[in-house]
Amino acid sequence: MSAKAYSVIGTRPIRHDGADKVTGRALYGADFTAAGLLHGAILRSPHAHARIKRIDISRALAYPGVKAVITSADFPEAAERTVDMGEGDTPLSYARGNVLAIDKALYRGHAVAAVAAASLHVAEEAAALIEVEYEPLGCVLTAPEAMLETAPQLHEGKSNLASQFQHVLGDAAKGFAEADVVVEREFNTATVHQGYIEPHNATALWNNDGRVHIWCSTQGSFVVRDCTAIILDIPVSQVKVTPMEIGGGFGGKIPVYLEPVAALLSKKTGRPVKIVMTRKDCFEATGPTPGSFMRVKIGAMKDGRITAAQAYLAFEAGAYPGAMVGPAGMTVFAAYDIPNAVIDGFDVVVNKPSTAAYRAPGAPNAAFATESVIDELAQKLGIDPLEFRLKNAAKEGTRRVDGPKFRRIGCVEVLEAMKNHPHYSAPLGGPNRGRGVAIGFWFNVGLQSSATLNVNADGTVNLVEGSTDIGGTRTSIAMQAAEVLGIPVADVNPSVVDTDTVGFTAVTGGSRTTFATGWAAYEAAQDVVRQMKERAAKLWEIDATAVSFDAGVFTSGERKLTFKELADRLPATGGPIVGRATVNPPGVGGSFAGNIVDVEVDPETGKTSILRFTAVQDVGKAIHPSYVEGQIQGGSVQGIGWALNEEYYMGADGTMMNSSFLDYRMPTALDLPMIDTCIVEVANPGHPFGVRGVGEANIVPPTPAIANAIQRATGVRMTRLPMSPPAIMEALWRESSSQRSSGN
Amino acid sequence: MKWFDYECPRTVEAAVGLLSAPGRKVRALAGGTDLLVQLRAGRREADLVVDIKEIRELNELRLDSTGLTIGAAVPCYRIYNDPAIARAYPGLIDAVSLIGGTQIQGRASLGGNLANAAPSADAVPVLIALGARCLMAGPAGARSLAVEDFCVAPGRNALAPGELLVSIHIAAPASGSGAAYLRFIPRNEMDIAVVGAGASVVLDGNVFAEARIALASVAPTPLFAAQAGDSLIGKPVGEASINAAAEIAKAAAKPITDMRGTAEYRRHLCGVMTRRALTRAIARAKETN
Ligand SMILES: Cc1cc2nc3c(=O)[nH]c(=O)nc-3n(C[C@H](O)[C@H](O)[C@H](O)COP(=O)(O)OP(=O)(O)OC[C@H]3O[C@@H](n4cnc5c(N)ncnc54)[C@H](O)[C@@H]3O)c2cc1C
Repeated sequence: MSAKAYSVIGTRPIRHDGADKVTGRALYGADFTAAGLLHGAILRSPHAHARIKRIDISRALAYPGVKAVITSADFPEAAERTVDMGEGDTPLSYARGNVLAIDKALYRGHAVAAVAAASLHVAEEAAALIEVEYEPLGCVLTAPEAMLETAPQLHEGKSNLASQFQHVLGDAAKGFAEADVVVEREFNTATVHQGYIEPHNATALWNNDGRVHIWCSTQGSFVVRDCTAIILDIPVSQVKVTPMEIGGGFGGKIPVYLEPVAALLSKKTGRPVKIVMTRKDCFEATGPTPGSFMRVKIGAMKDGRITAAQAYLAFEAGAYPGAMVGPAGMTVFAAYDIPNAVIDGFDVVVNKPSTAAYRAPGAPNAAFATESVIDELAQKLGIDPLEFRLKNAAKEGTRRVDGPKFRRIGCVEVLEAMKNHPHYSAPLGGPNRGRGVAIGFWFNVGLQSSATLNVNADGTVNLVEGSTDIGGTRTSIAMQAAEVLGIPVADVNPSVVDTDTVGFTAVTGGSRTTFATGWAAYEAAQDVVRQMKERAAKLWEIDATAVSFDAGVFTSGERKLTFKELADRLPATGGPIVGRATVNPPGVGGSFAGNIVDVEVDPETGKTSILRFTAVQDVGKAIHPSYVEGQIQGGSVQGIGWALNEEYYMGADGTMMNSSFLDYRMPTALDLPMIDTCIVEVANPGHPFGVRGVGEANIVPPTPAIANAIQRATGVRMTRLPMSPPAIMEALWRESSSQRSSGN
Repeated sequence: MKWFDYECPRTVEAAVGLLSAPGRKVRALAGGTDLLVQLRAGRREADLVVDIKEIRELNELRLDSTGLTIGAAVPCYRIYNDPAIARAYPGLIDAVSLIGGTQIQGRASLGGNLANAAPSADAVPVLIALGARCLMAGPAGARSLAVEDFCVAPGRNALAPGELLVSIHIAAPASGSGAAYLRFIPRNEMDIAVVGAGASVVLDGNVFAEARIALASVAPTPLFAAQAGDSLIGKPVGEASINAAAEIAKAAAKPITDMRGTAEYRRHLCGVMTRRALTRAIARAKETN
């Protein structure tokens, strides 16, 4: 466990961007404006699957006030090739096609054409005047159906099964033969959306010198730069992205949707063009997380040792391949030491919006299946569900089914913390109540980050970095620099800057920002210390190696200079000091999270109330504990949403019927108890301060923990998400009619 | 959203004049919490929006010996903030305090809730249960209508062209009376009734002297389940009579399957919610006895 004493790390300072955010001064993407700004509107497909036979833009173009109309025909000509849009190789036509449909509309809401006009009203009215001749085709909405030979094919000449994989460890058949008890169940999870508050937006100016400037809300300004350049077939150096403040992303603000469109409209008009999505656009045309069909089978001996496991995972990619079934396959059994296992994964295209990352993508689906089966096994074996998990928990050295061996992880520590938590032994206190537990795992990622520190004469430093700040990372990064420099974090002034101004920095995602950009800030601070030691040495006329630095003070024998004193003397000792660093750290630490949940289910309505919710997570080292708690609470709340009510409710024709926050039911404050957090710190040996990513693992256990609690409250095991009141009521009816018919 | 003209008349006559403008799509605007949302989403269209909030009669909120008069534009918060009204009509308070949240209640009116004619409108079942009447003014003069006859189809009401809903009137509560409104929603707030039930009873000792029941979200319009209420009259208060009434209400419902619930589930909830609303109305009636 992390025992080292720090002066800044582990404290709870106020955030640097707090004043701007609480006063409403912070500028978000939709706040951006510029002289001559035009407004863009997008025409979207009313069909979930249709061939586009003809597009006539003449009436729209003739509409007074309209400045330009574009379709996919306006993409510059480029030969088909594979491109890297940040998540592996994709054909260029797919990358472009999701931005403006080429030949076919593949989901309802698919962008087909766009208009720029002097006002949004004019742009919207003109968009409605674009005539599109569609040939509607049959649509397919789930992975199992799309895998049938008779299913409508989305991409000509290509199977809807875009890819598949298999992981094998040991001999599963032998393992199941050894088992005393085997449980096998099928599970379905609904398509769900990240539900960030701020809709997607982008403004682009294609300048006369050929450079494109983009202002937008994104998790990765360099991703926007690179993807826009790929789609428009221009060099990355021609694109500059200025990230505005971001109102949530959760993975959904990594892909580009509007930026290339706004850029093309700007190219045609010579003016900046701004496009802002509506909530309906966000639901229908940005990437939700895949719906999934899963079958999981696990066998165990009477003493509670798991002998074998098997998983079949079919995930809906949406319109284009890339369903995040890979991470599902890597996490599905990651919490356990299982000697024999087989995992099959299938990435299947369907007529729904192209899916995107969503907080630990793939893992919550997989955990819903595994942790439900684990719970049922524990019940069948008569073993306490936490003891059963502890008996089989993954540890340092455990080999995952997909190959890698775990380094130091905190799975056991999380389980122990759950077992010892007063919640686990508290009385339930009423009828129709149940308590469930579950755990979950997420890898986290490293990837490239850059940072610079400019030392000011007053002893403060300006921190320049490129990670857009979603969860308070300006502060969590600045704290790591402050710790090294031995100065208060208020003396570090962080700025998130544009892509021309900082070195390459990967997305704010994969729980990497505090880990990797924090590491860059740590290294940049070390660089500052090294240079400042040289200045002290110069002043004292000694060798730099004779200068030591501790807690913000440079010393050599009796001589002392505080950081602030020395900062004031830089002009006289050689000029300004800039510390810099770029990192691509390997030592990523995976994170485990666990939940204890009490529910009450109304037997007459099927409605579940969450009475008490405890979220435990191994975070390595909590740099800023309040933000860590915020991440844990946020992930838990999203998981509760998946569990209870959130779903794309699809009509048979592929229309999402509930594309508003009224009917896409995310939990409100009134639906939740205070989410009690419990931070476990098993230091990550791969990070200077022991940091593991904390943003994602917390969304993994809630759905099975709640399902397990509902099972204990009602006796019915829910295998389909969401476990909405009608779904639970129907399960209760089925249960009581089957009990009647079996004469119980 | 398309452009529209905006007028803000001061009198009922002026409003009726504007609403009767020939050849124009005219819409009255009270709180706008339905109308503005619908205009923005393109679900309704208007060339002219007539703001009715500056008209005296539509802002009247008066409790007297005849009962309660609620101007059609009076926002919900004024109703629940009046202690005398809250004491006399707790069932009405159930409804007005659960429409939207605090911000919405600062604007949303009963008139708008009724005139919008949604099958799910939360204030309508309890108004029907309380036997409320709508007072309207139009080019042909004034008239009144029972609330249960006001909504004619989803989104359509009984107002003739140019006609304005002026106020809603509820008779003074009889002694031994109690009412309640309850809705079932999957969340605890910010949701549309999957099923709502309003009940009003008058007790004579332990016997139902009067009872009216109405339901939300189970038919094309708010549903007055007259037979369910009638079945109680003369019966003793108890589980048997309440369950029987709930079964009749259930049978009267004509629910559909949609994203808010299946028809089967909704029908089941009709029974549950009717029972719960009646139980609460009865408890209130006993308190006032
Ligand atoms: C966030 C949110 C939450 C909501 N929650 C609920 C809820 O929980 N329960 C619920 O039932 N509703 C809810 N609503 C819907 C809405 O708030 C209510 O129906 C409200 O009572 C409408 O009143 P209003 O004054 O805003 O009507 P407006 O929007 O002004 O008008 C509604 C309709 O009635 C017409 N109209 C209004 N007044 C008159 C009149 N005097 N004569 C003739 N026609 C008239 C208008 O032209 C319009 O068609 C919610 C709305 C929002 C935005």
